[in-house]
Amino acid sequence: MADLTTEFLGIKSPNPFWLASAPPTDKEYNVRRAFEAGWGGVVWKTLGAEGPPVVNVNGPRYGAIYGADRRLLGLNNIELITDRDLQTNLDEITRVKADYPDRAIIVSIMVPCEEEAWKAILPKVAATGADGIELNFGCPHGMAERGMGSAVGQVPEYIQMVTEWCKKYYDKPVIVKLTPNITDVRKPAQAAKDGGADAVSLINTINSITSVDLDIMAPQPTIDGKGTHGGYCGPAVKPIAMSMVSEIARDPGTHGLPISGIGGVTTWRDAAEFMALGCGNVQVCTAVMTYGFKIVEELISGLSQWMDEKGYTSTSDFVGMAVPNVTDWQYLNLNYVAKAKINQDDCIKCGRCYAACEDTSHQAIAMSDDRTFSVIDEECVACNLCVDVCPIENCITMEAMTPGEIDPRTGKVVEKDYGNWTTHPNNPANFAAE
Amino acid sequence: MSSPMTPGIAAARLPSETVKTHFADLHEPLAPHEASVAADRCYFCHDAPCMTACPTSIDIPLFIRQISTGTPEAAAKTIFDQNILGGMCARVCPTEELCEQACVREAAEGKPVEIGRLQRHATDILMAKQSHPYNRAASTGKTVAVVGAGPAGLACAHRLAMQGHDIVMFDALPKSGGLNEYGIAAYKSTDDFAAREVDWLLGIGGITVENGKRLGAELSLAQLQADYDAVFLGVGLGGVNALRTEGEDKNGVIDAVDFIKALRQSTDLTKLPVGRDVVVIGGGMTAVDAAVQSKLLGALNVTIAYRRDRDAMSASPFEQDLAASKGVRLLFNVQPVAVHGNGAVREIELEYTSDDGTGLKGTGEMIRLPADQVFKAIGQTLTTDAGLELSGRKIAVTGAGRTSVAGVWAGGDCASGGDDLTVTAVAEGRDAAMDIHATLMGSN
Repeated sequence: MADLTTEFLGIKSPNPFWLASAPPTDKEYNVRRAFEAGWGGVVWKTLGAEGPPVVNVNGPRYGAIYGADRRLLGLNNIELITDRDLQTNLDEITRVKADYPDRAIIVSIMVPCEEEAWKAILPKVAATGADGIELNFGCPHGMAERGMGSAVGQVPEYIQMVTEWCKKYYDKPVIVKLTPNITDVRKPAQAAKDGGADAVSLINTINSITSVDLDIMAPQPTIDGKGTHGGYCGPAVKPIAMSMVSEIARDPGTHGLPISGIGGVTTWRDAAEFMALGCGNVQVCTAVMTYGFKIVEELISGLSQWMDEKGYTSTSDFVGMAVPNVTDWQYLNLNYVAKAKINQDDCIKCGRCYAACEDTSHQAIAMSDDRTFSVIDEECVACNLCVDVCPIENCITMEAMTPGEIDPRTGKVVEKDYGNWTTHPNNPANFAAE
Repeated sequence: MSSPMTPGIAAARLPSETVKTHFADLHEPLAPHEASVAADRCYFCHDAPCMTACPTSIDIPLFIRQISTGTPEAAAKTIFDQNILGGMCARVCPTEELCEQACVREAAEGKPVEIGRLQRHATDILMAKQSHPYNRAASTGKTVAVVGAGPAGLACAHRLAMQGHDIVMFDALPKSGGLNEYGIAAYKSTDDFAAREVDWLLGIGGITVENGKRLGAELSLAQLQADYDAVFLGVGLGGVNALRTEGEDKNGVIDAVDFIKALRQSTDLTKLPVGRDVVVIGGGMTAVDAAVQSKLLGALNVTIAYRRDRDAMSASPFEQDLAASKGVRLLFNVQPVAVHGNGAVREIELEYTSDDGTGLKGTGEMIRLPADQVFKAIGQTLTTDAGLELSGRKIAVTGAGRTSVAGVWAGGDCASGGDDLTVTAVAEGRDAAMDIHATLMGSN
């Protein structure tokens, strides 16, 4: 069985699976049970400045999006940072870290954008023995209205400034947690790096309204007839998170900056995908809020099995391996030609490929009287929609044409050489350059 | 109080609570969450095979999608638009041979979407909520006689009433509903559903019901033709084939349909007598219904004796398994040769059969089974041809139920073509109604 021991910023943990800063990591009771269940580390739920703690609403904090069979696909929340006293949290962190020296404990922090506030809290956090801190620049609701959370994360200058303060008053790793509620994630990531951050973690939650109660005409979750946007997370946000991770991983300015991946990680495969895109480890929240701490057993066994199958002996073997294959559209090979192929033995004749292609795409699937569905190569552009809507995995596949063959759609020979948009005759920029 | 061991034919073989449990719904209604999970399994196929397999062409993917989006009432409307007896069909259709057999998930994983139970879910909700979901068109002043208030007649009358015609629906029996009321196993139509459905259907208005009027007795086709603008015959198959076996006249040898009819009309099943040893002759749904219900009433030994092999049995594999699971013995390749007993039946003698491709033949080997009761379930027949041309032993029809006589339509079990199924009868009644409407309004 593969060794999952992971070192991230010099912090060792028995596996790359950390719990994200969120309700599951709000207190000693939870964190001890998470460690007993097998989690490699936790990012303790965000601490605020000394003084009266924040208060939460006393009504629903979560809204949900469901798939078939009420499978939870997306969750949003309007919960704030810890609403427990700072000292209580610090004492608990100290006790837990002492009892679990082999596990990573990172403390998430969010205090006002004033140097004094950071200067005040950082020594207290350092005294707990925790392995590092994560700066919560992502929380999109409530705290942002008070000039914290995503209000900081949306201004690169603030990110850099606060990161610099942290590096000045704290000597262990500083992770900057980024908000996705921006247009270009590379800018805040660059700012974090420029401020001296040891790593970034992303994504925090996405502004969202999960549903509207059509009887009372109010967004959900509803508090006494009103609702507000919450932070969206869970499997639904994974594609957005992975795209942002990949942008940071491949941008020349931030390439190599350690990343802790967050956003809908539910299975070992999700974790492996984030790591392949450059994450040194992953943080999990919604999956445990849905299924409990026990899922870490599947994460561990699944990742180990896959690593064994692939011959990886350490998680560092495959971190970032997919990054070189993420490119810009303009560099995709336009001479690559594929065609859909329907395996008639696997086909259950539901006709979804036909409906999708006929109604919305290229009219490239034929249907016979006996419900045999076949691809019309003369029309097929290999868009993959049929594959995506087919309920049977691998029943429809995309088969690459061999160079030298004639594409029945275009009547042109499939070229063997790579050719992209930058050199394509239809590209006006290409002509301009001549 | 008797017991399953009590010799002869006896009532109250089982305690009343047990009988009540035995005759509860065969397929429990889906709870809302179950319905939602079941509906989520539908792939919303293009030109869906289930819909093609349905004799009434219900838009199954659409109604299931309507259930999954929280509008079972709209789903029910989709069902009733095609099949006004969608509630009963949801209970009695051999879905395993129709829509669910065609379901692509049956092909994919051997577990079709539960179309029948979903249909029941939707129709139950609408029927509980709404007195009747359709309105009549403006009166046409035309009148139609519908003879037979079974599935075909009800569907025909309803569709004609919707079009604005005035209908008189006759039935030979005291209650309307036909086989829904008198012929289907009790555990498929619990809580008097057949009668409730008829009442609900008649909520359309414009349909006058006259019970106790039989074609060939109180009614003549010529008179009906004279009195009405059109006539629809949905009289079913009221006769029963005889065994033509020595001793058939002994006490205890009865028609399965009469046993089922008595059972369906019984208000206290513990008062309904049944034999200790029951033998049912036949291989269709009626045979299974009679055998299973005998067992559920407390008969000790129940055997279905069928002259051909299992594959030839017209009762579906699902029905065969149901019978077996209730403890009914299925005996194949045997044909009755004699009924023994002194006044009342004591034994039935059967001869083994084989078919080498040249027709079914007795092998000369015999088997005798103890029998206090023998139910004959070897097919039903037309009781009157009313002077119409026949095709085989049924009223010949062409197109949408047109008989050999202009102005007279027929559908359901009495008419040629189609399977003898409730759902087929509904389709035929409905389609004949639309043809009658077109004819009466001069557009044909």
